[in-house]
Amino acid sequence: MTKLRSRLAAGPYMAWMIIFMIVPLLLIAVFAFTTTAPFDRDGNRLEEEEAALIMEEELAEWEENEVPLEERESAVVEKTVFTVQNILEVNKYMPTMLNSIWMALVATVICLVIAYPLAFMISRMHFVSQKMMLMLVMLPMWMNFLLRTYAWMTLLERNGLINRFFGLFGMGPFEMINTQGAVILGMIYNYLPFMILPLYSVMTKIDNTTIEAAQDLGASRLSVMLRVVVPLSVPGITSGITAVFIPSVSTGIISRMLGGGTNMLIGDLIDLQFLGNAYNPNLGSAISLVLMVFILLCMSITNAFDEDKEGGMLL
Amino acid sequence: MMKRIFALALMLITLFAWCIPVSAEDELPDYAADYDWDRLAGQNVVLNVYNWGEYISVDEGEEDAFDTIAEFEALTGIKVNYTNFASNEELYAKLKNGGTAYDIIIPSEYMVARMINEGMLETINMDNIPNMKHMDPGFVGLDHDPDNRYSVAYMWGTVGIIYNTTLVDPEDDVESWDILWNEKYANDILMFSNSRDAFGIALKKLGYSYNTTDERELQEAAAALKEQKLLVQAYVMDEIFDKMGGGEAALAPYYAGDAVTMTAENPDLAYAVPREGTNLFVDSMCIPKGAKNKEAAEIFINFMCEPKVGVYNCYYIGYSTPSATVKEYLDAEVVENPIAYPDQEVLDKAEVYLALPDATTKLIDNLWTEVLGMAGSSPWMVPAMMVGCIAASVGINLWRARKKRLNGE
Repeated sequence: MTKLRSRLAAGPYMAWMIIFMIVPLLLIAVFAFTTTAPFDRDGNRLEEEEAALIMEEELAEWEENEVPLEERESAVVEKTVFTVQNILEVNKYMPTMLNSIWMALVATVICLVIAYPLAFMISRMHFVSQKMMLMLVMLPMWMNFLLRTYAWMTLLERNGLINRFFGLFGMGPFEMINTQGAVILGMIYNYLPFMILPLYSVMTKIDNTTIEAAQDLGASRLSVMLRVVVPLSVPGITSGITAVFIPSVSTGIISRMLGGGTNMLIGDLIDLQFLGNAYNPNLGSAISLVLMVFILLCMSITNAFDEDKEGGMLL
Repeated sequence: MMKRIFALALMLITLFAWCIPVSAEDELPDYAADYDWDRLAGQNVVLNVYNWGEYISVDEGEEDAFDTIAEFEALTGIKVNYTNFASNEELYAKLKNGGTAYDIIIPSEYMVARMINEGMLETINMDNIPNMKHMDPGFVGLDHDPDNRYSVAYMWGTVGIIYNTTLVDPEDDVESWDILWNEKYANDILMFSNSRDAFGIALKKLGYSYNTTDERELQEAAAALKEQKLLVQAYVMDEIFDKMGGGEAALAPYYAGDAVTMTAENPDLAYAVPREGTNLFVDSMCIPKGAKNKEAAEIFINFMCEPKVGVYNCYYIGYSTPSATVKEYLDAEVVENPIAYPDQEVLDKAEVYLALPDATTKLIDNLWTEVLGMAGSSPWMVPAMMVGCIAASVGINLWRARKKRLNGE
């Protein structure tokens, strides 16, 4: 009875997940493995050139006889067929994908380096200060994502605040916006809290007595850090990496705003397939699918570290 | 700070701009009395209008502002649900995906042509739009819709080069697309991020047509764009407005309508139309297939063609009007501005975008992706990633082995 009730209680979320996560995921898979191909009215597959030729002849005939648009019925019909062509085509965009992964990796590593000491420091603070510091970490997230990135544009521009400051000392102007560095900076700035919070939530569980015990047994500061704190915080590290890497690798808007469109990332490429001129959702889905596989691979590497399968809590 | 001054200037100019129609206000003709405007009133009709951003006169609190939507609702008793799109492609994707119902859309001519070809538009009953009589004959029966069965022109304009006179050498020829390839301005050039516009500029520079389907010509254009990429600061669209206004770049292609506003706001900016020819764009009102209130949509189109509405929209948007009557009521200063209403010579050389065959559209998009994706792929990227992956997996295994050994002891 209680079992049934708890199942019922999970119902809304299950329904939500099926409708808005499982179904779209399946749709992406379907799109990725299909394409539209020309067929004739009897259901025979036509070659692209053949179909183009037929349609050209038809059009000429219609125009000659001035057939109104509503009555024009083509002998060629488009049908959806299975194909692996889309997936193979993704290969062409491999450099862009590797570039995105590379940039996301750099951003993730820098985030980790910045966040780790900070999270440790916060977790050793007095309770009230901890709350205060956490709020400071969260504060930027209260502002809209786009607005935050837009603010960086104003800072980094050639006539922006930073260059003006340097200009006072006769330096610059430096080219900061529209570079890879600016894109990575945007990723770090926007996703740093997602690294700090899981690290903090794991570290706050490490009791001070554990550290004191290690010190009593004669461990140096370095070995306390490396042999006690770091191993105990592995779950936080892995979930932090996940939380920064995944949004960084698929971001489109940061590279567009701070990279000036000259550093195309995989997110931009996917966006282009859906909202671009050619409108090719099949290719877009194929790229998304390949990216998903890539992310899964990367995640499995990080998860290998987390043997206890504890998983740091997010937020 | 610059931004703030800019915003203030913008505000003052908009305020000032609103003073102009005040004088003309009493001369403006009222809505046509012989048209049955409120025939659908009281039937709870809701009209879904899907338009470009900033593309209709709205009441922003200035004195004597004209709120087009509110006026229409008051006049006809039809409720309007007004939403915005940012690009023709976005509009197309929205309609193609289905699930949304619009009664009025305002695509550009090439998208109108594409939608006609794909049977996405409803034919318009011209009996419901007597205001077509105000239209300049030059904008009736354009190439993309020869009999005006599907579209009624709303605004038009040309594409040109907007440049900063303090950054561009006066010796250089700005009346040519070539200047966007001038190495002197490396990292000072902004370019359109939309494939059709970007390729259009490259094609015109090479002396080809906007509507070419020749693969060799398109490949040449792609090569030119790749060459240009080394000089381009950023690929943007609407951001050109802010970036050029703030002096971030020296040169950019942009739309004439916005150039009118920009040159008025920042005296350092100037605008030139290249000799090689340019793009004439016409945004037209259309009714998509599946519209729920076709008649209400036609009333709306007729309303938008009213001289009074046209005049207010023109002042607000700054683009050029296709209506001969509206043009008569506009200030001489506006009508004589060569940016908004260029000489016949320019128009003769201008070309509209037509719908391209699917294969060409795909080719352009593929080439465009190639152009944009190029720089990111330095040759050491692949090996670096490989080494990284191998190092990661070796590291994990070593770490695990060590841990096992420690646990075993």
